[in-house]
Amino acid sequence: MIEITNVTKRYGTTAVVDDVTATIRKGGITSLIGPNGAGKSTLLGMMSRLLKTDAGTITVDGLDVTSTSGDVMARKLAILRQQNYFEARLTVEDLVTFGRFPYCKGRPTVEDKKHIDRAIEYLELSDLRYRFLHELSGGQQQRAFVSMVLAQDTDYLLLDEPLNNLDMRHSIAMMQQLRHIVNDLNKTVVIVLHDINFASWYSDEILAMRDGRIVYHAGPEVVITPKALMDLYDVEVTVETIQGKSVGVYYGAMNIATPRHHD
Amino acid sequence: MLRSASVPVESTKPFSLHPIARLLIIGLLALAVVTIFMTINSRGNWDFVLPFRGRKVLAIIVVGTAIAISTVIFQTITANRILTPSIMGFDALFMLVQTIAVFSMGGAALAQTDPKIRFVVNVLVMTVFSGALYWWLFIKANRPLHLLVLIGIIFGTLFRSFTNLLQRMIDPTDFAVLQDTSFASFNSVDRTLVGIGATIVGVILLMVALRNRILDAMLLGRATSISIGVDYQREVMIVLAMTTILVSVSTALVGPITFFGLLVAHLAYHTVGSSGHRYTIPAAALYSIIFLVGGQLILEHVFNFNSSLSIMVEFAGGLLFIILLLRGNA
Ligand SMILES: Nc1ncnc2c1ncn2[C@@H]1O[C@H](COP(=O)(O)OP(=O)(O)O)[C@@H](O)[C@H]1O
Ligand SMILES: [Mg+2]
Repeated sequence: MIEITNVTKRYGTTAVVDDVTATIRKGGITSLIGPNGAGKSTLLGMMSRLLKTDAGTITVDGLDVTSTSGDVMARKLAILRQQNYFEARLTVEDLVTFGRFPYCKGRPTVEDKKHIDRAIEYLELSDLRYRFLHELSGGQQQRAFVSMVLAQDTDYLLLDEPLNNLDMRHSIAMMQQLRHIVNDLNKTVVIVLHDINFASWYSDEILAMRDGRIVYHAGPEVVITPKALMDLYDVEVTVETIQGKSVGVYYGAMNIATPRHHD
Repeated sequence: MLRSASVPVESTKPFSLHPIARLLIIGLLALAVVTIFMTINSRGNWDFVLPFRGRKVLAIIVVGTAIAISTVIFQTITANRILTPSIMGFDALFMLVQTIAVFSMGGAALAQTDPKIRFVVNVLVMTVFSGALYWWLFIKANRPLHLLVLIGIIFGTLFRSFTNLLQRMIDPTDFAVLQDTSFASFNSVDRTLVGIGATIVGVILLMVALRNRILDAMLLGRATSISIGVDYQREVMIVLAMTTILVSVSTALVGPITFFGLLVAHLAYHTVGSSGHRYTIPAAALYSIIFLVGGQLILEHVFNFNSSLSIMVEFAGGLLFIILLLRGNA
């Protein structure tokens, strides 16, 4: 369980995350949605101890993320950020091996190698295993990073827009893979998604943010509705039920409401 | 999971010479250069030639290793491959600290203190100052590289001008305590400091060896290294302290060298076939030795020419710096 209590993050005088309180239950996929700049990445960054909170506390299974040792947290919770760039030349295998760092401190054992192999296969990266990351496409790199996070084998996975750069097939594969590890291994996934329909289709719960606040925290059937989506995005979305899931159609939305929060 | 559209091919590792084999080759090359340097034109004067040249080689190994380690670890924690401690003005700062000491205490008083103690005090002062400065510059905020280049150049110039100003104001007799600050020289190595320098570099080499896997993880940048459990803040402080001490050693021994570290670090990155610090650091150190001993060899025995090794080395390194900037790595 992740408990977020009265958490605030300010840049200058603006609170980009504004007194947020929420509980993310253990097991299951929780999606974070909301317009650009809503504070999703900032909230995820604080949950994963990359950013300091200005007020409030966050605990993961009772462990305070700011005071628990990094080593312990690294076996509890893994994070994949939106942007990942570095200068070093690493192969896919090198990168995934770093996922085992919390356990082997850079000297992988036979057991670690098994985790690495499995994580590489999960993301269909076997034939790219020895390729250098900088020679791969954005989507392939993204999969390599997710594979690293999987190899870390933590109870909690926090992923910031992991579907970025992925084609249809790999997006589906990744979401199904996440569903699979959640169901079979009782992991907890918190994932920032851009696409409301992926959120609708695969989430157990949706946390919807706007202007640094959580405006909805409920199941997809509640959040993926014309009213809620208008509140969130100022876009008129038609919602249909397809194969038992709510699907929003907005590609030709005629009524783009005037944004309320811009000047 | 979706089935692969095609039968998955388990790729085999492409053939490539193992980094250890590559290190061995570079090592042999270094050994060869050192051997030639020690034995060439000795005319049987072994009693004189061996200790005389041995001291020179030792000084070069100490300085070369210090420059190589400090450049590679600094580039790792700052997540860049263009800036080096000396490009950012670390060595100029060391000269300034030294000069301020002479200025405030007077050369006579200083000349009476043990140079080793003087050196250690300088290093400590320098570690505190530059540690704080570079923490603020690199770690506290994510500043764009071109801004850092500019700040580095401005700081370097500022430190150097201030040093010059103070040196002009100093009593000429006090001035003798300071070494010539404008260019590095491998011929006028401060002998009293070679021993302590070697000890310091040895200890730091050991520390770096012990944490080489942590350094590898830090190549992934702040966020990812924190995610996989690196105590990032602590490690950055340690590396900054080690960098400062190493730069102090090399500057105290031979004077400031701006671009040489960049040159050997890049040779190592591109030829050793791995990003692991257990390979890149020894490779960079060996390249330092090859260049410095080899350069000295050519200048002394081919051109009969003594003083311009640092100029040649700086020229090559400076050229590389410009190329890297132009290539848009920035
Ligand atoms: N380092 C920073 N300095 C100043 N403002 C920032 C910083 N990081 C994010 N912000 C601002 O905080 C707001 C929320 O950003 P973010 O959490 O990245 O939004 P999201 O991920 O929902 O698109 C944005 O308005 C962004 O401009
Ligand atoms: Mg974001």
